[in-house]
Amino acid sequence: MLTILFDGIAYGMLLFVLASGLAVTLGLMNFVNLAHGSFAMAGGYITVVLVNWLGLPFFASLPLAFAGSAAIGFIFERTLYVHVYKKSHLDQVLFTIGLVFMSVAALDYIMGSSQVFVQVPTYLQGQFNFLGVGIGRYRLLIIVICGLLTIALQFILAGTRFGSRLRAAVDDSRVARGLGINVNRIFAFTFAFGSGLAGLGGALGVEILGLDPTFPLKFMIYFLIVVTVGGTSSITGPFLASLLLGISDVAGKYYVPTLGSFVIYTIMIVVLIWRPQGLFSRASSR
Amino acid sequence: MTVVLETTNLSKRFTGLIATNDVSLRIEKGARHALIGPNGAGKTTLINLLTGVMKPSGGRILLDGEDITNVPTHKRVRLGIVRTFQINQLFGDLTPLETIGLAVSERRGQGLDWWRIVGSRSDLTSECVEILERFHLTDVIEERTAVLPYGKQRLLEIAVAIACRPRVLLLDEPAAGVPEDERHEILNAVAALPEDVTVLLIEHDMDIVFSFADRISVLVNGGLFVEGTPEEVARDPRVKAVYLGEEPVDA
Amino acid sequence: MIPPRPTILAATEWLSARARWHPLEFVFWIVAFAAIWLLPDRHLILTEIAWLGLFALSLDLILGYAGIISLGHAAFFGFGAYIAALLAKYEIVNEPVLALLIAGVGAMALGFVTSFLVLRGSDLTRLMVTLGVALLLRELANRFGWLTGGADGLQGAIIKPLFGTFRFDMFGHTGYVYSVTVLFILFLIARRLVNSPFGLSLMSVKGNPLRASAIGISVDSRMVAIYTVAAGYAGIAGALLAQTTAFASLEMFSFDRSADLLLVLIIGGAGYLYGGLIGAIIFKVMQDYLSALTPQYWPFWIGLVLVVIVLVGRDRITMWTTPFRRLAARLDWRAAARRAAAASSQGQKP
Repeated sequence: MLTILFDGIAYGMLLFVLASGLAVTLGLMNFVNLAHGSFAMAGGYITVVLVNWLGLPFFASLPLAFAGSAAIGFIFERTLYVHVYKKSHLDQVLFTIGLVFMSVAALDYIMGSSQVFVQVPTYLQGQFNFLGVGIGRYRLLIIVICGLLTIALQFILAGTRFGSRLRAAVDDSRVARGLGINVNRIFAFTFAFGSGLAGLGGALGVEILGLDPTFPLKFMIYFLIVVTVGGTSSITGPFLASLLLGISDVAGKYYVPTLGSFVIYTIMIVVLIWRPQGLFSRASSR
Repeated sequence: MTVVLETTNLSKRFTGLIATNDVSLRIEKGARHALIGPNGAGKTTLINLLTGVMKPSGGRILLDGEDITNVPTHKRVRLGIVRTFQINQLFGDLTPLETIGLAVSERRGQGLDWWRIVGSRSDLTSECVEILERFHLTDVIEERTAVLPYGKQRLLEIAVAIACRPRVLLLDEPAAGVPEDERHEILNAVAALPEDVTVLLIEHDMDIVFSFADRISVLVNGGLFVEGTPEEVARDPRVKAVYLGEEPVDA
Repeated sequence: MIPPRPTILAATEWLSARARWHPLEFVFWIVAFAAIWLLPDRHLILTEIAWLGLFALSLDLILGYAGIISLGHAAFFGFGAYIAALLAKYEIVNEPVLALLIAGVGAMALGFVTSFLVLRGSDLTRLMVTLGVALLLRELANRFGWLTGGADGLQGAIIKPLFGTFRFDMFGHTGYVYSVTVLFILFLIARRLVNSPFGLSLMSVKGNPLRASAIGISVDSRMVAIYTVAAGYAGIAGALLAQTTAFASLEMFSFDRSADLLLVLIIGGAGYLYGGLIGAIIFKVMQDYLSALTPQYWPFWIGLVLVVIVLVGRDRITMWTTPFRRLAARLDWRAAARRAAAASSQGQKP
């Protein structure tokens, strides 16, 4: 059972890294980016290409996946997204759904529709035994990397000037602008960074979540659950929500396999009825 | 002397702010009661509490002796408490005729009729026309509300409230934002309100307050500070101090 | 100077102006029914347009008239489809029309139960909740494969002849007559509904819910009512699909379907009832044409159309239709005659 918990934590932390960019985007610009999963998919495919076709070592491909997705995110943001910020939520939804469809079809065309796998280095494969608990090596790596990323994110947000500017802008962008904070530039950077994180998560996730062109569609609901349940006013909210989601999903699929994802969807609906603003967020002042 | 609207120890707390502080208010039937106070005193919050837009943190609200503290907003309208908004809240895409029509048909319990065309009941239509005529809105009766001049919108705001045939009417700064040359229309409309309607008026303009009200309550920092007839309130040095920024003699 | 009091006749005319039948509407429906005889070899695609139009109409009721953004409207569509298919397969109900009605009622019940979920929360919460319900239903249908056929879909349903006499043929003749008639009847009901006091109150709730509750309208109960009705319409659309193809599958609940539906309604325009129907025509024609070109990558073009529509701006697109709408208004000689009559009753020159 502890193995399940361990696996759930790994899954949850991976989800957190994947979804954190979306949480900030939503909190910062109140922008519903349903295409977030496409950037994750991009990172995953970048890694697959680098490792499987070009023979790069796995660890080397990870920063490149991050950089690639961040670059794609930056370009899209500056050229396309920027025109949609002021539009209604319906328009944002339509726009990002359109991007998802385009990215799914494009990757289908380029990479084919079957699932792809990445060559994980041998020392990361398999399990070892620790105090009677089976610990998957790859999952351990995920927990380590994502844990470090979370700590780094928390440090950036809480300990740096950029972080405090970002938090101010998320809290009340009008006031932040009035204080001279360049909200648009912060957003461009944060969007790129969040897309990069998504790409990194996608790269790490190929082994665990599987990767095929329908990735953005399959996992869209998970990212949305993380940000709506976790709220957008802190890092800890989405973090806890991701863990909750990861553990419930793994445990649910193991203990009650006949219901599968049913558990997740029900939890989400229940939470949203009970607390529409999210389990962990402060009530928004806006 | 019948009390039609009453609050007992009504309060509203937000984190770090007490917006309404232990307000016990009694308004008599047919009264012309004004609520004044400096900016941020909590006047609109009080109206929001009275109409159910906000839930109180404590205390009760009684209409004709009945506890309505937990009654939702739309039901309070049926019971007779109607308000206007400080900033116009109207239906931009509907015409004044349609807007009044909605209020009247809701009041008559015909708002859920889904099988007949709007306007097919001539008694309803004639009542709408009559209300619009009373408020001098017949020249814009068919135009989209969003394109009307501000003064006309403000008149419509009051007309909609009257169309609900309120027993208690809460007017939140009816003349706010209205240009000088259109103000008298608003004031005439307020002065012409039926005698059996009890009116609670929030206003900043003291001329309006003193010409209209027979009783004044002063709200400061969410709490009732002074209450009395216009003469009493005008003479009270504490009121002057509050408005001019000096420390009140007793807080 | 106080303007003269308008007559009741004039006021009634203004109020009911929205509800008057425009001559172009007659043209639309005459063409739709004439297609039964004029376009017999296109009946299959016309049937698809009919149920898709009904499905989009149902979304218009909640999106265009009540302002509820739903990413999971396919939940009701799929639910209705499966009810109709199951009733046929296990021969519980043999008359298709009766099965259709049962599917509609079932979808309405589902809509009623889930309507409370969309009352509270922001746009994003509504998106999530509606999407969640659709995915949940899909999961359920998948898990109960012994009943629903699971991932392979529900096979082996045989739709009995309509009224015992009209067999569903493979050219879609019966199917089209059936679908377009159902569509027309439901359209008439919807048209009555949106032009009624209830419909007006929906528009007020969409425009300013704070103000609506301040004149005594219960915002929540209006939303529940229209959501329930819209769910019923979507369920009937799904049942039409199931009955005309004798098949139901999981992908009827899918996100793709809900997303495509949004596109259909947006192409035609939300909020005037014909948008869904016009959008369905354009969408199906587009799909027919593009699938012949690139059968596998057709979602790419859908996505592109969505992105372009949003970037260009939905208002600008409706601006392009202004010359058509002005022409349409000038064609409406009946309305002009009525205005003249109303004006002369006031003693004014028209």
